[in-house]
Amino acid sequence: MQKPIALTNNKKSIRLPVDKILPFLIPIIVILFWQVSSSLGWLSSSVLPSPMAVVQDGIKLTQSGELPKNLSISLYRATVGLLIGGGVGFILGFINGMSNTCRLLFDSSIQMFRNIPHLALIPLIILWLGINESAKISLVAIGTMFPVYINTFHGIRSVDPDLIEMGKSYELSRSQMFFKIIFPAALPQILVGIRYALGVMWTTLIVAETISASSGIGYMANNAEDFVDMETVILCIVVYAVLGKISDLVAKSFESLLLEWQNTGRSNV
Amino acid sequence: MNNNSMITIKNVNKTYDNLTALHDVNLDIKQGEFIALVGMSGGGKSTLLRLIAGLEKPTTGTVDINETETKSLMRVMFQEDRLLPWMSVLDNLSFGSKDKNTKAHAQELLELVELGDYVDHFPNQLSGGQKQRVALARALMSHPKILLLDEPLGALDALTRRKMQDLILDICQKQNLTTILVTHDVEEAARMADRIIVMKDSTNSYEEDCPKNRNAGQIGIVADRVLGEILEEPTLQKQTA
Repeated sequence: MQKPIALTNNKKSIRLPVDKILPFLIPIIVILFWQVSSSLGWLSSSVLPSPMAVVQDGIKLTQSGELPKNLSISLYRATVGLLIGGGVGFILGFINGMSNTCRLLFDSSIQMFRNIPHLALIPLIILWLGINESAKISLVAIGTMFPVYINTFHGIRSVDPDLIEMGKSYELSRSQMFFKIIFPAALPQILVGIRYALGVMWTTLIVAETISASSGIGYMANNAEDFVDMETVILCIVVYAVLGKISDLVAKSFESLLLEWQNTGRSNV
Repeated sequence: MNNNSMITIKNVNKTYDNLTALHDVNLDIKQGEFIALVGMSGGGKSTLLRLIAGLEKPTTGTVDINETETKSLMRVMFQEDRLLPWMSVLDNLSFGSKDKNTKAHAQELLELVELGDYVDHFPNQLSGGQKQRVALARALMSHPKILLLDEPLGALDALTRRKMQDLILDICQKQNLTTILVTHDVEEAARMADRIIVMKDSTNSYEEDCPKNRNAGQIGIVADRVLGEILEEPTLQKQTA
């Protein structure tokens, strides 16, 4: 809920949505300080180009079509990797959470695999799949699979047994038990996993595109480094930050939509 | 099984590993009767209720219900409300119901428990007493013949508890429900039940028939006598109405 503050001048009152302004305050101050430092010559453009120079570089690369092309390929890799990894993680979490036999069979092996840093698999993936799309998508998929798996598995395993017993007393079938009780009860934890996976998704993609790619935002940054093009390097970092923030906002919106009941309080009693 | 019997429990034993929870329990509950199971913790009250509800199976012996579609005719109300927090009050009532006129029936039951204006509320918007009233309404949704109450009022304050007792009694009498109430509170048992069963040392050791249309004095005497049986206090056991 927004907390408006009232600035009164005898006749009119202006209301400022403080909750909406505050999160942007620090980034705005940093950018302003950065621009002023560059303009006054405190910061050399070879160390850190000014925000205006980065924006101009962004406009130039957008007009040439280079930025949209690399952005779309990065988004494609990220989305497909997340869908595959998240999907596999959810299915594994679901079957291991629901069945003790599956848990005994799979969980130990999955935990062993999970403890290998997935970025350490890059040389192996390149040897197996080369530097084409499937290599980068596979890396993103492996990275995002585990957060979704762990959270789905724990979400299902930690459903209140009293609710399960209540469902049994109502003679719910297995599918009814899953869709009416287990899945909604595990959903908050599953969404935590997805949110975490989104962070892993971008990190993995940056590394994969920097090491082995001929397109994408990571490739753009790497290529700019070769030409000592600081504006583009900074632009790529900013693009990653914006993409990360947008992903987080999308995940938060899903949480608000699907977990509406958590935001209700005892207002009418 | 007697024709008038709704539930017949014969020679029931229940053990968990080496622990005996119930030992040779025999009980006959008539249709429309209100039974209270009282006793110390670990006496086997809740275990017996869970066996009747079909949530667990007896190790030996039988629990017979005198109806064909036993489960849908039997509903349990637990100490915790066990409402689904992601569902509105209305959806919690409709949950598991096979009734075609679910919404109208749910609204009717919510009016009955004085929560007609709370249809769209979520459980976390309700007080403890309101949640228990929703749980009661949910238990009544499928027109049960048997109502099993596992300490449903245990967590409520005295005033709300008294109101809920009256509400449950009224509904059980009007709908002629066979009711089994598990409670620690002997006064509650003496106030509500037709018959009180004392569960002690894992078996039903004592029974007390409660007078009809009892007054506060009679409730107190019955409660004292039952308490005397539980605590083995001769002075209380000799109380007469």
